[in-house]
Amino acid sequence: MAEEKEALFSKKNKALLTDPLDDNNPISVQVLGICSALAITVQLKPALVMSLAVLFVIIASNVIVSLIRNLIPSRIRIIVQLLIVASLVILVDQILKAYAYDVSKELSVFVGLIITNCIVMGRLEAFALANGPWKSFLDGVGNGAGYAFILVLVAFFRELLGSGKLMGFEVLGHKAKTLAESTGVYSFGYENNGFMLLSPMALITVGIIIWIQRARNRKLIEN
Amino acid sequence: MDLINIFIKSIFIDNMVFAYFLGMCSYLAVSKTVKTAVGLGAAVIFVLVVTVPVNFLLDTFLLKAGALSWLGADYAGIDLSFLSFIMFIAVIASMVQLVEMIVERFAPALYGALGIFLPLIAVNCAILGGSLFMQQKDFSNVGESAVYGLGSGIGWFLAILAIAAIREKIAYSNIPAPLKGLGITFIITGLMAIGFMSFSGIKL
Repeated sequence: MAEEKEALFSKKNKALLTDPLDDNNPISVQVLGICSALAITVQLKPALVMSLAVLFVIIASNVIVSLIRNLIPSRIRIIVQLLIVASLVILVDQILKAYAYDVSKELSVFVGLIITNCIVMGRLEAFALANGPWKSFLDGVGNGAGYAFILVLVAFFRELLGSGKLMGFEVLGHKAKTLAESTGVYSFGYENNGFMLLSPMALITVGIIIWIQRARNRKLIEN
Repeated sequence: MDLINIFIKSIFIDNMVFAYFLGMCSYLAVSKTVKTAVGLGAAVIFVLVVTVPVNFLLDTFLLKAGALSWLGADYAGIDLSFLSFIMFIAVIASMVQLVEMIVERFAPALYGALGIFLPLIAVNCAILGGSLFMQQKDFSNVGESAVYGLGSGIGWFLAILAIAAIREKIAYSNIPAPLKGLGITFIITGLMAIGFMSFSGIKL
């Protein structure tokens, strides 16, 4: 079999990993999985946890579906895929509830919404149903990482500009009641932009990221 | 009064698109023309109105902690709520199948126009999101959950209708090339969301 002989990290397989980071990013180019990308990016920590959860679900479901792809009747494949994804998400949800209860409370319904995260279903439909397990694994890692990249980027700017913190640490200095008591940039009269914490700014931040990406990578421009 | 409160709140204040970003994928993909946007919006309203109350009943009589007590005292300690994701998505997937068959039978033109997006309603986050928020909000009866489903659906419908109308207009505008299409749609949605935030102070 030709597929077997192919090196584990041939050029084609490497492209599966790196393409989704830029040229074929799931969020900014394929337009998949926007919903959860925006709602949980107020702070960096939930965004990181969410990225890991999605990464796990997308890799596991890609591999499982690709393993049984020849057994699934194509008429009911959507339901089969949904059930596989839903079971994986239940697993993630229970683990989060057991070991990271605070974050799980913060993510609230958005853990459950990984089921309907279009990235997962989109990659299953477009890739895992037609390719072997190893390739699907790489595709899952690549797309999960591309998703995580945008998520962390948006959360980074929203938390830094919105509350002057990163992962809960006050990186810009401490803001006290008077100017003299404040440290860091706050002693110069810097103010947090509380507007960054509100939901509209998530949309606008993603819009600007897309703008920058397409300005650098001109072949992505739409007509 | 309570019902009206839930209704208005779910349309304007807790708008699915502008406050929770649910259903963004199809919101961005199907909003190029007003006609298809209206069709998809109507389908979303219908599916939400049906699935939220059905899932409410499932949640109250089957899944919640102690929900099985109607079977007898022995069953009162059972908590099946970890199964709610899988139950909700199964209900939604079958409802979508039903809607698809109805639309195909009675409105073939709409069926052709919606194409692939009809089956994709099953994975529209707004639908599952509606059921999950319903579970969080602890409604007291089926009526409230149905009104919540209707309101959320109408809110989503309004959002996609508005963005589709705007996108039809800006097709003729002179936008920086890298912003064309997706980028500008995001920024416009952000501006619309700022507009919708002004509803948040309203109390009924």
